[in-house]
Amino acid sequence: MTNTNRKFFGSGIDWLTIFLWLSLCVIGWFNIHAAVYDIDNPSILNLSTNYGKQFIFILSAIILGFVILIIDNRFYTSVAPVFYVITLILLIVVLFIGRNVGGNQAWIDLGLFRLQPSEFAKLAACLMLARYLNNHSSRNPSLKTLAVGALLLIVPVALIMLQPDTGSALTFFALIFVFYREGYVSGRLLLIAGISIALFVLTLLYTEWIVIAVIGLLSIALIYFSKKTRKNIISAIVVFISASVFVLGVDFAYNNILQSHQRNRIEVLLGKIDDPRGEGYNVNQSLIAIGSGQLLGKGYLEGTQTKYNFVPEQSTDFIFCTIGEEWGFVGSATLVLLYVALLLRLIHIAERQRSSFARIYGYGVVSIIFFHFFINIGMTLGIVPVIGIPLPFISYGGSSLWSFTILLFILLKFDANRKGLFNVQSV
Amino acid sequence: MNSFFARKFIVQGIIIAAAAVLLLRLFYIQVIDDSYYLSAENNVLRKVIIYPARGVILDRNSKVLVQNEPVYDLLVTPREVKDIDTALFCQLIDIDKEGFISRFTKAKNYSPYKASIFEKQLSAETYARLQEHLYKFRGFYVQNRTVRNYPDSIAAQFLGYINEVTDKDIERSNGFYRPGDYIGVSGVESAYEDLLRGQRGVQNLLVDAFNRPKGHFADGKYDTLAVAGEDLMSSLDKDLQILGEKLLKNKIGTIVAIEPQTGEILSFVSSPSYNPNMMVGRERGNNYMKLLNDPNKPMFIRPIQAQYPPGSVFKVVSALVAQQAKLIDENTIFYCPGGYRYGRNGFMGCTHVHGSTSLVSSIQTSCNTYYGYTYAKMIDGRGEKSSSAYDDWREAVQRFGIGQKLGIDLPGENSGNLPTSDYYTKNFGSDKWTSAYNISLSIGQGEMGITPLQMANIMAIVANRGFYYRPHLIKSIGDKKIVKPEFTERISVGVDAKYFEPVIEGMSQAVNQPGGTAYSVKIKGIEMAGKTGTAQNPHGENHAVFFAFAPRVNPKIAIAVFVENAGYGGVWAAPIASMMVEQYLTDTITMPKYIQDRIYEGNLMPAVKPVVKQTTTQKEADTSKQTPAEQKQAQRIKPNSTAILAQNDKYKS
Repeated sequence: MTNTNRKFFGSGIDWLTIFLWLSLCVIGWFNIHAAVYDIDNPSILNLSTNYGKQFIFILSAIILGFVILIIDNRFYTSVAPVFYVITLILLIVVLFIGRNVGGNQAWIDLGLFRLQPSEFAKLAACLMLARYLNNHSSRNPSLKTLAVGALLLIVPVALIMLQPDTGSALTFFALIFVFYREGYVSGRLLLIAGISIALFVLTLLYTEWIVIAVIGLLSIALIYFSKKTRKNIISAIVVFISASVFVLGVDFAYNNILQSHQRNRIEVLLGKIDDPRGEGYNVNQSLIAIGSGQLLGKGYLEGTQTKYNFVPEQSTDFIFCTIGEEWGFVGSATLVLLYVALLLRLIHIAERQRSSFARIYGYGVVSIIFFHFFINIGMTLGIVPVIGIPLPFISYGGSSLWSFTILLFILLKFDANRKGLFNVQSV
Repeated sequence: MNSFFARKFIVQGIIIAAAAVLLLRLFYIQVIDDSYYLSAENNVLRKVIIYPARGVILDRNSKVLVQNEPVYDLLVTPREVKDIDTALFCQLIDIDKEGFISRFTKAKNYSPYKASIFEKQLSAETYARLQEHLYKFRGFYVQNRTVRNYPDSIAAQFLGYINEVTDKDIERSNGFYRPGDYIGVSGVESAYEDLLRGQRGVQNLLVDAFNRPKGHFADGKYDTLAVAGEDLMSSLDKDLQILGEKLLKNKIGTIVAIEPQTGEILSFVSSPSYNPNMMVGRERGNNYMKLLNDPNKPMFIRPIQAQYPPGSVFKVVSALVAQQAKLIDENTIFYCPGGYRYGRNGFMGCTHVHGSTSLVSSIQTSCNTYYGYTYAKMIDGRGEKSSSAYDDWREAVQRFGIGQKLGIDLPGENSGNLPTSDYYTKNFGSDKWTSAYNISLSIGQGEMGITPLQMANIMAIVANRGFYYRPHLIKSIGDKKIVKPEFTERISVGVDAKYFEPVIEGMSQAVNQPGGTAYSVKIKGIEMAGKTGTAQNPHGENHAVFFAFAPRVNPKIAIAVFVENAGYGGVWAAPIASMMVEQYLTDTITMPKYIQDRIYEGNLMPAVKPVVKQTTTQKEADTSKQTPAEQKQAQRIKPNSTAILAQNDKYKS
């Protein structure tokens, strides 16, 4: 087999994506500088500060990306299962020898740097899922494949929940988009998933009996307005019963499985409790910081809420607040659009793959980045409960930056090779 | 690409819809809703008020009478307080757990984000103790204040006290005062409030989430410095004041001493008094109630608010105005058979049978008869209606500062009482009354009321031989030693200087010659001129009065002493005045120790009377129909109502 590659990396890297990726990294770098600006160490390159360190992380990520692009893409497809298993092992190991940071047993100290297995679990799961679904693909997506695929995700989710790191665990649910795109999950199921979330929220806002009553009324309406065939009536009854069971289940899980601080966060979000000094403090300060940016922002390094540390986790989970305060609506909207551009571009890339492994993997990447993007920014804007997950490429942190970079560049590598002769069989 | 590729549009659609939600939310909170911008400002800006140091008050020799002591208000921002060692905290500032909870709840209810007072006025020691540990108690911080401190604990009524402004004060000042400011409530603190208070300063600090100051807003452009209040130099002599308060301890009374050349008040004693430090600090409220409920009224400023009939000391004024009216002179002699007869059967008794009495000896021996005649001449012998002659007499007397405010720089001065002829005309039913009707005025009894300040001022007038300066308590203001112009005005009483000599001679003889009523308090080596008096007291023992000035030539001090319920002036009031004068002039006291001790240890406080209910006074209703003045008159003069009625008939025409 010969590669008709004239270019070093393959038929062509998608430079647009790399441009978007680098833009986000640099934006992150500058905003970390503003977020944790230390007047004694003002230089953005100062290595004792987080912004100096982020610079090093970015440089190393560039090298990492370079390395990934050099490695032959068959490596990735073949190493997927091994990587997956190693990650699972690390997820178990971290529960025993890991360092407890902020209530989460999430980090392994390796002397020079720290490793966060859950970050790499996302990558491993994507690769593994892609490989499995690709190997078991057929014209008619089977339930068995779906079940096994789901199981491949549930195992790491369960392990991560033991840390307990709810935020990272929830990320895996975003991979429903992969199943959807590949046909394992119907549009209807996606809709039901959406409605379930809505029911979930409503059950918490109002008592479960009211929600059940509403569902009952809707079911009756459904029967009334449609053809009163036996099938329809039975379907309607089934819907009613399953929805009611779901509602009761939600209520049970909410009260008995969720921890109290998680319940509090949700209730603050839903406005059931108004606690700006306790649970609502982070979000309240976040809203104040972002809201006070107004149209044009207060200017680089001039954000008062940022400067005086009113927003907690300013350089990590709440990094968007700095952007909102210092760059205003103009800056914030630009950032949102940059992410949208990146995600749409990645979908475009995934769709143009001849290899279905690459396509499945691509949708995995999109799902994960989308989930982080929407939840993180939504949290700072007070429309999503506070779930501690970073903003990809922008939040401070070597682990997070590397794992997202690797996630992204593996796709770029596949893409660069999309016209290669050596393709895994595609459907 | 596979058969489900159309689904990519759904996925794209979901991504775009999610982004739209984010953008809409961003737009709302950043562009449409500006409450967040305002909250941001609130977070960051902290206005710190710099309270100015209140002006200090010194005595005439620059010794401190009242000064400022630093205290510390403890403030808390409840939201910031997390995980503190409450037990240690309570121990450091000396409160109990319940106290902590109640104060903290109060602060939380006020505002969880803004700082409010947790505990006021910690002492310097408590602050020092707390300061070391303050870093452990996030959310608590300290603001400097000052409170008044009285190192010698004297002159409470003169100095007055301060308190935090009330809502009424703020309203009255049109918002100049703000909650938390101090304002003078009584005494000099109140009278000179504008000068003492200084000016507030403001610092606009930028603070971080831990409420730690990080810098000044706009580089301090909007900051202002605090300006300290003006210091005042009072005219009081501290050592003299201490002596005076010691002498009047456990007695009800007053001492006022004036420097005649300037009107400066050297001593201002009101007894019973209180320790002015009681009105400072955390116990202030309790102490105030105690003082308010004290039946002997320690907060009453006797030198300017108590009013007494002057008694025999008024003879000095009588003699002077009569001489000026050229109705008597130093050679005028009246015969005293032991009393003065008037009308048909009126008799005003005298203490002794004095026989032929000259002007000088009438003062020396305090002869009532002489003055009965003198008054009759002033009222009836002027060739005009008695009631109008009375007005002329009244005008002349008023120039001595009787019956009008002198204008001392303290609030609440009583003007005393000197009725006009209209008062008597109304009372007697017609204007055809004569001196016989109010003869008691001749010897300083009756309706006349005078304050101790006015009495001391009369002494100053005599010492100066015919003029005075308004008595005042503050000698000068500030570094520039500014004196208020109203106190530099020389006020003449309209009596020529030469007429004073016989009176002064009489007063000198009263002190320095055997037979004088104050001979027992003569000071070796100093010619003090003085007069005893006894003010009538229908409720008990008479009040003892003594007034004097010294030395006779180039007088330096004029003094008036009142001691309530003390009997004769010579026994209590005169020795007190004598000791004060000697101390001031020579810095020593040569009075025999046993007399000194008697005075220091004397206790003339009235026993606490049980409260008498209103209904039981029914019995006394008849006698109370008379005015108090008439009652007093009735006591001194043998009543002969038929004589007076006959008088009326006689003068009816």
